Amino acid sequence: MKIVVLVKHVPEASGNRVFSESDHTLDRTVSGLLSELDEYAVEQALRVAEAGGGEVVALTVGPGAATEAVTKALQMGAHRGVHVVDDAVHGSDAPATSRILAAAIARIGEVGLVVTGIASTDAGMSVVPAMVAERLGLPLLGSTVEFSLADAGAITARRDIDAATETVAAQLPAIVAVTDRSGEPRYPNFKNITAAKKKPIDTWNLADLGIAAESVGLVAALSSVVAVTQRPPRTKGEIVIDNGDAAEQLVQFLVGNRFV
Amino acid sequence: MPEVLVLIDHVDGVPRRSSLELLTLARGLGEPVAVFLGNGYSNAREALAEYGATTIYRDDRAEYEQYAVVPKVDALAAVAGAVQPVAVLIPATAEGKEIAGRLSARNEWGLITDAIDVRIAEGRVEATQSVLAGNFTVVSTVAAGVPIITVKASAVEATPAPAEPAEVSVDPEFSPHATAVRITDRAVRGATGRPDLSEAKIIVSGGRGTGGDFSPVEALADALEAGVGASRAAVDAGWYPHSQQVGQTGKTVSPMLYIACGISGAIQHRAGMQTSKTIVAINTDKEAPIFDLADFGVVGNLFDVVPAVTERIRARKSAG
Repeated sequence: MKIVVLVKHVPEASGNRVFSESDHTLDRTVSGLLSELDEYAVEQALRVAEAGGGEVVALTVGPGAATEAVTKALQMGAHRGVHVVDDAVHGSDAPATSRILAAAIARIGEVGLVVTGIASTDAGMSVVPAMVAERLGLPLLGSTVEFSLADAGAITARRDIDAATETVAAQLPAIVAVTDRSGEPRYPNFKNITAAKKKPIDTWNLADLGIAAESVGLVAALSSVVAVTQRPPRTKGEIVIDNGDAAEQLVQFLVGNRFV
Repeated sequence: MPEVLVLIDHVDGVPRRSSLELLTLARGLGEPVAVFLGNGYSNAREALAEYGATTIYRDDRAEYEQYAVVPKVDALAAVAGAVQPVAVLIPATAEGKEIAGRLSARNEWGLITDAIDVRIAEGRVEATQSVLAGNFTVVSTVAAGVPIITVKASAVEATPAPAEPAEVSVDPEFSPHATAVRITDRAVRGATGRPDLSEAKIIVSGGRGTGGDFSPVEALADALEAGVGASRAAVDAGWYPHSQQVGQTGKTVSPMLYIACGISGAIQHRAGMQTSKTIVAINTDKEAPIFDLADFGVVGNLFDVVPAVTERIRARKSAG
C-alpha cells in the first residue's frame, strides 16, 4: 500500500520569525526544519508500512529549502519523497496549498492512506488536512491519538476532540491526522541517515500537476492581510529571591494588580 | 441588517460558552443567526435567545451524532447558501476547524482561523489574529466568497441581549460523503470542576519542579478559582493529563494571570502562554528563561512559596 505523509518545512521557532514588509508573507529564507508535529505523522506512516508492508512517500510543497523536510522524513525511514516547488506558489493560502497537495497525491496514485500532523507549527491553522480531504473526496479522521488498520480496507481511530473522545471508523483510502500523543517519533540513526542519501526525491512543478499558476500564490489568495503589527517584547519584571518573605511579596503583587 | 451565521457548539444541547461568545461577537457585525445541529435543542433554545439569536436554524437528525463532521458541513453550507450571510463564525475547536476547512474548500470561500476579534471596517469583515507565539498581531480580510472565521474561545466576553428568535427547522440534503466516517463510540470528558483552560481568567501551571506533586499548584488554583495547566515535561512524565498541557503542542492560553510553578520556560511552553496579560513565575533556578517573561518572579522553592501564598490568599478571602 502507498502511504503518503504530508510534511512541511517551517522556520525555527527559536529563530527570528518575521513577515515580509512587501507582501506580508512569512520569511522562509531563514533557517528551518521539519515541522515538529509532522514528525508524529512520519512515525505513524512508518509503523503502518512496517506492520503491513507498504511504501511511505513524504510529500511537501514549498520553496527550495523545503526539501530538507522531505530529507528528514527519508532519514526517519520514508522510502521516497516528492517536493512540489514553483515560484508561482509563493504566498499561497491554505486553500491553494491544499489544492496543490491534493493534485500531488492524485499524481502519486494508488494511495491507500494519507497521514498528516494536526497543524503546522508556523501558521498553525489545522485546516489543510480537512481541505485536502474535501478536495479528494476522502474521509478524514482528525485529531487522532491512535488508529488501526487491522480490518482490511478499513481504518478505526480514537480521536480526542475538545469535549469528548470518539471512536470512529471509515473505509480506505482515508486521511488520518495524528496528534503528538500518537507515539514518540524515532530518531534517525546513522544507518538511516546514510541510506536516505540514495532515496529518490521527485521534484514537480505546477505544470506537472496541471495547475495554472494564476490559480495559486498571492494573486489567487482568498484572504489578504490588511495590517501586521509586531508586539513589543515583554520587559522583564521584578524578581525576588526567597528569604522567607517572597510569598508575602507575591501576594502584595497580586493584590496590587487586583487578582486577589 | 446583514446576517451572521454562528455554528453552535454544544454538549447534548447545552451550548458551550464559546457559542455564546460568538453570538455576542456576531451582534457587533449584524443579526446573529444560530445554526443548531443535533440532539438536545430544548437545552439550547433559552440560551440562544438570551444571547441574541434573531433566527435559529435547527436540525435534529441522527446523522449529526452518528457521522463525523461532514453532515454539519452539508447543513451549514445549505443554510449559508439560503441566508447569504456577511460571515460564518465557527468556534475554533478541533471539529470547528475541520468544518471550516471543508466548507472553505467546497465553496472556495476565504477562511481566517483563530480570530481574537472580528469587526466590520471599510464595508468589509476584518478578523484579527495573534500569531507566531503572540509576537505579531495580524488583521486580515476575506477577498472571495462568504468569509469563514473560526474564533478563539474567550475572544470576547459573552454578554446577554435577549431576543425572540424565529425558529426554522431544516433538513438539507446530505452529500454522498456525509456518512464516510462513522462514530462508533463517544465519551464526553468529565468536567474537572475547574475552569477550562481556554476560558479561565487565571491559570496556575506546574512543571518539572513539582516532581509529580501537583497539590500545591491545585490548592493555589482553587484559592484563585483558576484553571490548572501543566508543562509538557509534567505531561510526558505522566503527572498530569495532556488535556491540561500548555504549550506549542498543547493548548495556547491567554489568561489575565498565568502563574508558572517549577516551569523553566522552554520555547515550546512559552509559545503557549506568552500573551498572558500578567505572568508570575516561581522557580529555584534564577537563570530559568521563564523569568524573562515574568512580570513578577520568585527564585525559590515552590513547595515553600506556593502554599504560603495560598494560605495568605485564603486568609484574605475569609476575612472578607
